[in-house]
Amino acid sequence: MEQIEIKQRKNWLSIIGVNLALIVIFAFFLFPILWMVGMSFKTIDDILAWPPKFFFTPTLENYKAIIFSQMEVRGVGSIQIDFMASFLNTLIISAGAVLVSVILGVPAAYALSRFKFKARENIGFMFLSFRFGPELLVIIPIYFIFQRIGLIDTYPGLIWVYQLITMPMVIWIMRSYIEDVPVDFEDACVVDGYPRWKAVFRVLTPIIRPGIAASALLAFIYAWNNFIFALVLGSSNTSTITLSAMKFISAEALRYGIMSAGIVISFLPILVFSIFAQRYFVRGLSMGAIKR
Amino acid sequence: MSTNIDVGTIDKTEHYNLPVSDVPLNPISRKERWAPYLILGPALLVTGVVLIPFFISIYYSLTDYRFTRPDINFVGLQNYIRILSSKAFWHSVQVTLQYALIAVSIETLLGVIIAFLLNTESLMAKILRPFLLMPLMIAPLITTLMWRLMMSPDFGVLNYILSFFGQREFPWATSPKTAMFTVLLVEVWTFTPFIALLVLAGLKALPKEPFEAAQVDGASRWFTLKNITLPLLTPYITIAVIFRLIDSLRQFDIIFGMSKGGPGDTLMNFQVYGYTSTFTYGKPAEGLAYIVINWFIIYIISTYMVKYWRKVQSRIS
Repeated sequence: MEQIEIKQRKNWLSIIGVNLALIVIFAFFLFPILWMVGMSFKTIDDILAWPPKFFFTPTLENYKAIIFSQMEVRGVGSIQIDFMASFLNTLIISAGAVLVSVILGVPAAYALSRFKFKARENIGFMFLSFRFGPELLVIIPIYFIFQRIGLIDTYPGLIWVYQLITMPMVIWIMRSYIEDVPVDFEDACVVDGYPRWKAVFRVLTPIIRPGIAASALLAFIYAWNNFIFALVLGSSNTSTITLSAMKFISAEALRYGIMSAGIVISFLPILVFSIFAQRYFVRGLSMGAIKR
Repeated sequence: MSTNIDVGTIDKTEHYNLPVSDVPLNPISRKERWAPYLILGPALLVTGVVLIPFFISIYYSLTDYRFTRPDINFVGLQNYIRILSSKAFWHSVQVTLQYALIAVSIETLLGVIIAFLLNTESLMAKILRPFLLMPLMIAPLITTLMWRLMMSPDFGVLNYILSFFGQREFPWATSPKTAMFTVLLVEVWTFTPFIALLVLAGLKALPKEPFEAAQVDGASRWFTLKNITLPLLTPYITIAVIFRLIDSLRQFDIIFGMSKGGPGDTLMNFQVYGYTSTFTYGKPAEGLAYIVINWFIIYIISTYMVKYWRKVQSRIS
């Protein structure tokens, strides 16, 4: 009897301990995000106040300034804000890059998982190595080349270079998905008299569709979050969110409210997505190495 | 060959007895042999062209290329020899390795702990699990700027919180003494969830049998953890460490976003130094030599680690 009681008390303690530890750890991980969201609803006076304000009257001024691309500054008048443009730029580049990668990468993943050929592992490894090489190693020469052929600071130029981010992800994630589907499904369809490519479309595509969605979403997030490519190869025409944010923080503190609103707009949709897509991301984040 | 004849003939006869449609569908015809290359072609073309810049980079690192001079002369290994005997280079080596090793150690330890905590049936685990990925989903540069705003000496909330612990005006990234700690804090905040998520996936995929056997044998919790759970988790932890190690060896966004490598050259790892040397000082030859060395180190480490991963994986399955 006594022993059981001790065991139960120990259980209680461990349950409280686990919950407490999780609260402390997640306070650390979630506080900066919550603080940023709070900041985006503060007036500039509240942002710059000391001691920092945990409670304040929320304002939508910062979001208004971003949406209308204008900010009123006391004594100065209105200032042009170009955050909206950088949203559009990032969206065009990321979506364009993912689109190209899915169209070219999914068939490539199919070839890598279904055909046996000499250079298979080498080609597969080459795609993977793009994910791991130091980016500057290729983008510094690309900077010189793009300058010469006029691709610098253009959408096609950046969409092309962003393939280095999106293509390896799509190919490796899709390769692991396709390898999970028994080849017999397609073979059965071929036996029924369909040509191979039709069999693939009829049988394989519906099965791997969730995989395509997950890999495209993850590739999109990585493209969306990229900084170094745009820093070197982009400029005023193609300024991405990360590039604009970097400019904003170097500017005077008056714009911090707008900057935080811009930052919140840039990550909020992705955070909401990530809550729902988390379980699909394990395979993606490990480039297909972990299947679940 | 001769010993195999029997088997061969049996195979063949069986083969011919089968209905036509069951004959292997993929005899390697000429068409089939070229098919994979044709399908891969476009993807290879789009990304494979970067192999050209890759070789250009190596070539430039063997020249005296400067923005201020129009002519480029081949100088052999001169850049590398000069770099290897410079203080700045060894400082970069130290910063790069220090950053990567400390970051990966803390992230692994913390990530594994978080994974175990989230794998319990506790209320908080259920509530908080969906939020695990959030820090990882925000652009590392944006994350860094968020932290910078919180670290501001004038209005930053972190200094305010620290003031309760008797610490006033912590210098964060403005002092050489605390700069490394500051970027590591951001790095750990951003990427610990990556390891936690992969290890959590591993915990969920653990087979039940060995644990039931251990329970029947009356094994202690500690014994089970050390001899069953951790070995079974090793492939997951390893793959997570490989990704983090490589990414932190070439970290750019967090360091550049925090202080552009400063104060002075305090945080100049290979990537940041290479960028600065190329675009600030106009010396791409020197900058690229740094990046080539960076690439080489990553290449060696990742090859070795992938081999290790394959070994632990095959040992388990």
